[in-house]
Amino acid sequence: MGNWVENEGLSIFVIAALPLARAPAACLNFNCMLILLPVCRNLLSFLRGSSACCSTRIRRQLDRNLTFHKLVAWMIALHTAIHTIAHLFNVEWCVDARSGKSKPYLVALSDLGYKPGESYLNFAEKRFKNPEGGLYVAVTRLAGITGIVITLCLILIITSSTKTIRRSYFEVFWYTHHLFVIFFIGLAIHGAERIVRGQTPQSLKEHNYTFCKNRTSEWGKIKECPIPQFSGNPPMTWYWIVGPMFLYLCERLVRFWRSQQKVVITKVVTHPFKTIELQMKKKGFKMEVGQYIFVKCPKVSRLEWHPFTLTSAPEEDFFSIHIRIVGDWTEGLFNACGCDKQEFQDAWKLPKIAVDGPFGTASEDVFSYEVVMLVGAGIGVTPFASILKSVWYKYCNNATNLRLKKIYFYWLCRDTHAFEWFADLLQLLETQMQERNNADFLSYNIYLTGWDESQADHFAVHHDEEKDVITGLKQKTLYGRPNWDNEFKTIASQHPNTRIGVFLCGPEALAETLNKQCISNSDSGPRGVHFIFNKENF
Amino acid sequence: MGQIEWAMWANEQALASGLILITGGIVATAGQFTKWGFGAYSIAAGVFVCLLEYPRGKRRKGSTMERCGQKYLTRVVKVLGPLSKNYYVRAVLHLGLAVPAGFLLATLLGTACLAIASSIYLLAAFHGEQWTPIESKPKERPQVGGTIKQPPSNPPPRPPAEARKKPSEEEAAASAAVSGGPQENPVLVVDEVV
Repeated sequence: MGNWVENEGLSIFVIAALPLARAPAACLNFNCMLILLPVCRNLLSFLRGSSACCSTRIRRQLDRNLTFHKLVAWMIALHTAIHTIAHLFNVEWCVDARSGKSKPYLVALSDLGYKPGESYLNFAEKRFKNPEGGLYVAVTRLAGITGIVITLCLILIITSSTKTIRRSYFEVFWYTHHLFVIFFIGLAIHGAERIVRGQTPQSLKEHNYTFCKNRTSEWGKIKECPIPQFSGNPPMTWYWIVGPMFLYLCERLVRFWRSQQKVVITKVVTHPFKTIELQMKKKGFKMEVGQYIFVKCPKVSRLEWHPFTLTSAPEEDFFSIHIRIVGDWTEGLFNACGCDKQEFQDAWKLPKIAVDGPFGTASEDVFSYEVVMLVGAGIGVTPFASILKSVWYKYCNNATNLRLKKIYFYWLCRDTHAFEWFADLLQLLETQMQERNNADFLSYNIYLTGWDESQADHFAVHHDEEKDVITGLKQKTLYGRPNWDNEFKTIASQHPNTRIGVFLCGPEALAETLNKQCISNSDSGPRGVHFIFNKENF
Repeated sequence: MGQIEWAMWANEQALASGLILITGGIVATAGQFTKWGFGAYSIAAGVFVCLLEYPRGKRRKGSTMERCGQKYLTRVVKVLGPLSKNYYVRAVLHLGLAVPAGFLLATLLGTACLAIASSIYLLAAFHGEQWTPIESKPKERPQVGGTIKQPPSNPPPRPPAEARKKPSEEEAAASAAVSGGPQENPVLVVDEVV
């Protein structure tokens, strides 16, 4: 068939428009292959688990899967735009040539193909004039129809995936995103009609373009210029996308199978300020610190899966999540678990739950340092519940083997209301450490960034009491934002010559601040104190 | 899906349609396609739709993220009255704007997208939604420094509440500073005897 750029007859005909359409099409093949892969989360989990030989850094790249998915999506949008624009020119010129409004050579080429024994080059069969001709081609040819349909699907997917819609109206995002099924099917058959044509190799041998170009009236009559024959390329896209489509289908089947596995709710605890804790058991469930799961409750919604960070430690025989009641689904779950009723609920009344996971990087790095600084901002404090509990279990079981000797924990939030349960956890740890005479193991600092005048009066009056008025903890709550420079310097002076790990779960701005502090407070030589910043992607 | 505000999605879709109309229009006009006049119309309609849709409306619940620099356009769009406020009117307007662009293949995609946006707006209108502008309240800068000019003139015991209002703020700031620990004081601490 020949390369479509080298093939003179064709390239002269459509000048730059066709290669400009074919190039992004090739890119689209590649990108559409890639886009399905990062969302196969079970596959990624499997890869992460089984590639124990690869370094953690490589494995951690797998956690940026959603960022990659979004980047590839933008590339698809860009290439679709170029492809469409190029083909718009292509269609316009082809229709013009067919209706006689073009250079004589091109008109002659366009006339070919619609008599018996001929093959066409120009796909515009009817001699309608533009713009009706163009519209006719678009709605009667398979490539036109599939092109319009899948581009519309792509646009709808993109507009419903913006941050506003995703964060506030997740269902719109999730259900509209399933238009990708139509997108992929349309993409696979988009080129099936083979209307992009070029001279056949046989015809290239017989009909010399250079000689016959100006002798259009003699074609078929003289020996050197028989009527040229054309054929179309077979569709190539499906080679690229069939693999990932199959993998994604497997992924959905795995999710479905996992969701059918029995999950038993062993305990439901209501915490103040609209938070509930679900403790569950599932056969064969293994977790690490800091991971998250997807939860579905068919009684509330048969199709929705929602992610929650695990708040239990791997050492416990159950796994738990803490859920804040903020929307439709969480409220439905609240009612389904009988939390709105006062009396004790029977176990059989609890709803069936489906769990997928766990996913996410394990934060095992915490255990490889002697001293750590853990910083949780707002809702970012949730994974630290799992970490702190796990540290405590390890300490109780085998204190000598535990490398970790000291934890500095910083909790920044506007108010502790939403995380009363976490304050309770800290209180529990505090009492247990006192019993073991190791009150210094964990030192935590809670910073309330959202205080106001009336609270300030209250604090000032109760300043000297033994327990903190807000949290009931022995270590006092502090107000405003921490002075990181002071913090780092104090810790550095207390632990000279150690490697101190700094772990953050919070906003980007804070990550930058802490990173800078780590660098400026670390000693330059190999001896001395070193702060190592770990930006965890919980 | 009880809490969904369809207008938010309709707004995103309409904004995208505006951009697609502009692109299709530029292709048709620059390529000098037959009847490229429709292309020129498409550019104008696209620009109008983009300007109308750029300022995001206020959500009924929760805070709304403004688009960058939208407050200037909000003032203009507010003036249009029912054209911008009522979503039925917007749905009809978008449908009307979309139709002429359907005569050219280059702008046909824009027509389809704007028609979809129009139908989502219709759905939003059925649900009783309407566009409210996001207006920023002028921040009152607390004139704290202004009132702390002199130390309290009355010796203790001092009268309650009214007279004690401003000095108590200093008190709190001073005591917090005394308690030590790393904290940045929001109010300049004056060395006062508590």
